[in-house]
Amino acid sequence: MLLAIAADGAHAEDLSYLLHKHPGRTQEFSLKFGTAYVFYPTWSATRCEAALLLEIDAVELARRRRGASWTLFDYVNDRPYAASSFLSVALARVFGTAMSARCDARPDRVHAPMRLEARLSALPCRGGETVLRRLFEPLGYEVETERLPLDPQFAEWGNSKYVSALFKTTRPLHELLTHLYVLMPVLDDEKHYYVGEDEVDKLLKRGGDWLENHPERQLIAERYLRRHRPLVRAALARMREDASEAVETEEHGAAREGALERKVRLNEIRLKAAEEALKENGAATVLDLGCGDGKLLSRLRKEKQFVKIVGADISSVALGRAHRRLRLDRQLQSRERIQLIHSALTYEDRRLKGFDAAALIEVIEHIDPPRLKALEMALFQKAQPRRLVVTTPNREYNARFETLPPGKLRHTDHRFEWTRAEFQAWIDNAAKQYGYSVHTRPVGEPDAELGPPTQMAIFDRKGAPR
Amino acid sequence: MNEPRVLQIPDPSLVVLIGASCSGKSSFARKHFKSTETLSSDAFRAMIGDDENNMDATRDAFDALHYVTAKRLASRRLTVIDATNLKSEDRKPLTQLAREYHLFPVAVILDMPEKVCQERNRNRTDRQLPRAVINQHIRRIDRRFAGRVKGDGFRYVYRLRGEEEANSVQINRQPLWTDRRGDVGPFDIIGDIHGCCSELEALLETLGYARNERGVYAHPEERRAIFLGDLADRGPRNLDVLRIAMDMHEEGTALCVPGNHDVKLLRKLQGRNVQIAHGLEKTLAEMEALPEAERTAFEEKTAAFIDGMVSHYLLDGGKLVAAHAGMPEHMQGRASSPARDFALYGETTGETDSYGLPERLDWAIDYKGRAAVVYGHTAVTRAEWVNGTINIDTGCVYGGALTALRYPEKTLVSVPAEKQYSVPTKPLEADEGGRPALLLNIADYQRKMLIHTRLMGNVIVNEENAAAALEVMTRFTAAPEWLVYLPPTMSPCEVSSRPDMLERPEEAFAYFEKEGVEQVVCEEKYMGSRAVAVICQNEEAAERRFGVESPAGGACYTRTGRPFFSDEAEEEAVIRRLRAAFDAADFWNAHETDWACIDAEIMPWSVKAQELIKGQYASAGAAGEASLSLAGEALRRAEARGIDIAYLRERVEQRAEGVGLYREAYRRYCWEVGSIDDLRIAPFHLLAAEGRAFLDKNHLWHLSALNRLAEADPGWLIAAAHKTVRLSDEAQRQEAIEWWERLTEEGGEGAVVKPLDFIAYNQKKRLIQPALKCRGSEYLRIIYGPEYLMPDRLKRLKQRGLSAKRMLALREFALGAEALERRARREPISRAHECVFAVLALESEPVDPRL
Repeated sequence: MLLAIAADGAHAEDLSYLLHKHPGRTQEFSLKFGTAYVFYPTWSATRCEAALLLEIDAVELARRRRGASWTLFDYVNDRPYAASSFLSVALARVFGTAMSARCDARPDRVHAPMRLEARLSALPCRGGETVLRRLFEPLGYEVETERLPLDPQFAEWGNSKYVSALFKTTRPLHELLTHLYVLMPVLDDEKHYYVGEDEVDKLLKRGGDWLENHPERQLIAERYLRRHRPLVRAALARMREDASEAVETEEHGAAREGALERKVRLNEIRLKAAEEALKENGAATVLDLGCGDGKLLSRLRKEKQFVKIVGADISSVALGRAHRRLRLDRQLQSRERIQLIHSALTYEDRRLKGFDAAALIEVIEHIDPPRLKALEMALFQKAQPRRLVVTTPNREYNARFETLPPGKLRHTDHRFEWTRAEFQAWIDNAAKQYGYSVHTRPVGEPDAELGPPTQMAIFDRKGAPR
Repeated sequence: MNEPRVLQIPDPSLVVLIGASCSGKSSFARKHFKSTETLSSDAFRAMIGDDENNMDATRDAFDALHYVTAKRLASRRLTVIDATNLKSEDRKPLTQLAREYHLFPVAVILDMPEKVCQERNRNRTDRQLPRAVINQHIRRIDRRFAGRVKGDGFRYVYRLRGEEEANSVQINRQPLWTDRRGDVGPFDIIGDIHGCCSELEALLETLGYARNERGVYAHPEERRAIFLGDLADRGPRNLDVLRIAMDMHEEGTALCVPGNHDVKLLRKLQGRNVQIAHGLEKTLAEMEALPEAERTAFEEKTAAFIDGMVSHYLLDGGKLVAAHAGMPEHMQGRASSPARDFALYGETTGETDSYGLPERLDWAIDYKGRAAVVYGHTAVTRAEWVNGTINIDTGCVYGGALTALRYPEKTLVSVPAEKQYSVPTKPLEADEGGRPALLLNIADYQRKMLIHTRLMGNVIVNEENAAAALEVMTRFTAAPEWLVYLPPTMSPCEVSSRPDMLERPEEAFAYFEKEGVEQVVCEEKYMGSRAVAVICQNEEAAERRFGVESPAGGACYTRTGRPFFSDEAEEEAVIRRLRAAFDAADFWNAHETDWACIDAEIMPWSVKAQELIKGQYASAGAAGEASLSLAGEALRRAEARGIDIAYLRERVEQRAEGVGLYREAYRRYCWEVGSIDDLRIAPFHLLAAEGRAFLDKNHLWHLSALNRLAEADPGWLIAAAHKTVRLSDEAQRQEAIEWWERLTEEGGEGAVVKPLDFIAYNQKKRLIQPALKCRGSEYLRIIYGPEYLMPDRLKRLKQRGLSAKRMLALREFALGAEALERRARREPISRAHECVFAVLALESEPVDPRL
């Protein structure tokens, strides 16, 4: 990748002094991840242009990244070509003195504004050129951009995330370098190294006073610190001593379902309804099937009625989160009472057998329809809880979610969503086949025409002692 | 001198020694049993409490002793308990344990005079018990002691009186009657006959049996019949069937296991009060009709015959079980009354259904055993394999057919009933209404898995890998019923000796030559996405063979088991079009099957990898081109200024050229797919069909079978281009190399070099790589990056190790083959599934993905 910085006007030649790089030579700098070269494509009395060429050693890079992840993405990617944190690191290394505004040969020129241009040919912009403008224009840059197509031979693939950009400005050189240093990785929204606490110091040191007053400081901090919430909070707090404004981090891959249902706080209502149904028949042992990160479990633990609480989930990541949420590593007596197990609902699992009550809250819709038969057998025939509480979305109600396009499901991982009639048919059949009685309850404010947002069924095993 | 007394001890069984301290139990055990067979309470006390006499450890010692006993009995090992066992409360847990594992408990009482015990106690150097203790012990063994012991549930109780008898006694170990593992057949197993003698005669003759000079059916090739019981009742010639069976049994040309009807007849003949119904009245009426003398003789003979029958048989090294109503794994080849009841009546819920018949539990759903279980008892409309079990009672007496299963061939031979002789209480169902859903037990996958494969012995899958696979299997893969097979990973050849290239066919040839392979097949490697497709002849075959309702009648999935097409309609359209080709090629008749599994490449690459191509490959290309062209332009201007920078400019220009070629490379594998008609499918393995895995066929057979398929839908299906090379023939090698060069120059991905045989071994009988890939230079830009051919990079890339990749390829290949072979042998679905699961689990091993 190449960064070209040009200076125009009477003092153009100062560029070489300020950069501390001789215009008549090509200089080479060895970096951990490759080699940087500095040379001057143009050198005249009125225009001087310096170029920083970075050649990344892809083979070495891949070798070093082995431990972390083993996908081909590590070997064939845009990193050798795109402007990214690699370029920022090279910039700091090669033009470090210039960036920190030191120049013994021309001390008077260091803070003097110059007519400058910076050109980058493949600048990845997450969020597009708008974000680029929002970042640079408040700082007084004139920005020219051109979006690169993904592949001119496949016009239908559309544009890439890269722009070719030209920044024009009149200001001291060290400011331009600093802005690029901070904002290139922000635009890219990636970092090639681990972001730790010293990154906050780096941001504040380089950001100085301009960042504090930047209208997009929040976005900059978040992306620069890779959305590491405590770091973002620390950075923003240190930027403004009066940081009373709440820190809402940018929605990242927003959970559509959560956003949709927020209005009615449906999840809260659902958990409450489930909890009530589980408590009703005097259950002492309770099972949360597909417990996720343990929201229902943490409610259930507050109920003294339950002497044994087990959460089961197929996702070991979710179980890890539940473990933390419930602080199972700290609370000794909880460990006896609450257990988390890695299980799959389409498999027979003896550990799930014989509970007084079991919850299957917003889970079945994540199971492929051909596997439902196995789930039924595993639950009703093998696990045989005395009571089973099932909730699932009511598909008809989706029409009431204004932001949900017709025909779409509430969550990308939902394999199906049932209408009230479909749900009824399933529960009736299961109850009949496996010797359970069943009744339904609405969850959430029912719509007169379309029914409740969530449907709930309560199965009770026939002949089981109450 | 009297003949020494001989104790008959079933092997395996649980032998419980009983006697006072110092009565000689340990010496007795040492003399007659292996030290590993004997579990002594003293030894367990020492193990737990550091001292054989540590009475504080007694309770824990017995816990441990019972635990070890259970493990031994579970693995069919004769076990001897060396403890005083004088109290009923000590003996009862032991008889219960034996029953739990369906083995007989045997008691051996060492009844010694007190003075012998007291004297031995005095002479002991290690420890001495108070006299009173021994006296107490002795007093427990009174005259009625043996009766009390028997009452604790022992099958045999032997009381040895005095030193002389204890010293002279001999032990005879007898294998259990049910254990006929040494008997390897071949057999013809015949289902419930119920007096249908004409059909039996016809069936025996169809199977090749003929009456010998004594008028008894015998087979010229020494095959033997196994009758699965229920010989008589309901049918027209009940006594004739009994005669045939008894004669064959006596002659040694048949084995018989009892059915519930036979046992009921026996009880009647023994004069007990039984309900005369369910067809027994017909058999009895035939007996009544016999002249008095003949009748008595026949009744006695029949009673002795049935009484002598053994509940079931475990045969052929444990690979076959014959039982009237089935037999779960934990009772096979064992002996207990629950096992006998199971063999006779099957498993019932204890409730009755709407027809007033006992409600049956279908034990076969959960069956996971290694042995094929052949049974009858419940009439079904057709015999179907379910989890390695098959019910061959096809209801002859109800007007169905009399069916035999030939073993080891596992083919079915049927003779239709001449008429309906009896009306069933409830209509026959096709094996309890079709196959139930596959329900796997999670415990089988949440542990370190050890799978025995024919090709390379035990393959181990670590627990973490299994856990990862479980998550994938639960959330992302196609239904496990369809996952017949997952393909193994494939290693590339060694790096080329040429300085400007990474891979070439020469190295693949060298590998196979070194491993002693004479002939190889080079197949074009099509660049798309790997797919495994299971195609059924129709929806009904899908239901019958895979137990799933599938309107598409098949499935198509990726090398990690995920559905190949995210859109169901698209998958269905592909399956239907593939099926049409199978139909047109007359595949089903030619291969006598109603389903098949093929391994194929589906093109274009972009159909499956669109997001990857856009987000990664095209992106890198776009950034590379823009970035290097600006750099080149800047360098040229600097050079024009007279700066000495040509070396850098040339390098950047080379890199730019690499990026250009890289873009050309991926573009070749992308095209717009408007409908499935735009796809191209290149099948290269015909893996399996009903009852068969085609791993014994060489690659030319596979290619020619698939070529016939491709001819049925030319253009859409592609017959893989290939070259056969005799490695000793330099000209053939050269020709194949040139073929590969042309192929790759025209933009092909490259070739796969395979030994001619699907499964190949080297001179040391070790399994060798089933295939090596040789990828073209241009294609490899997609794998190693646009600039990989620059000399400084290539040099480093050539330092690649292949051993981990190759080991993984072998393990996955062995597992995939095992999955197919287990399915072909009709073993339980869970046994075939565990192999496929293991392939998926091994895929989570970290291996350089560029290989």
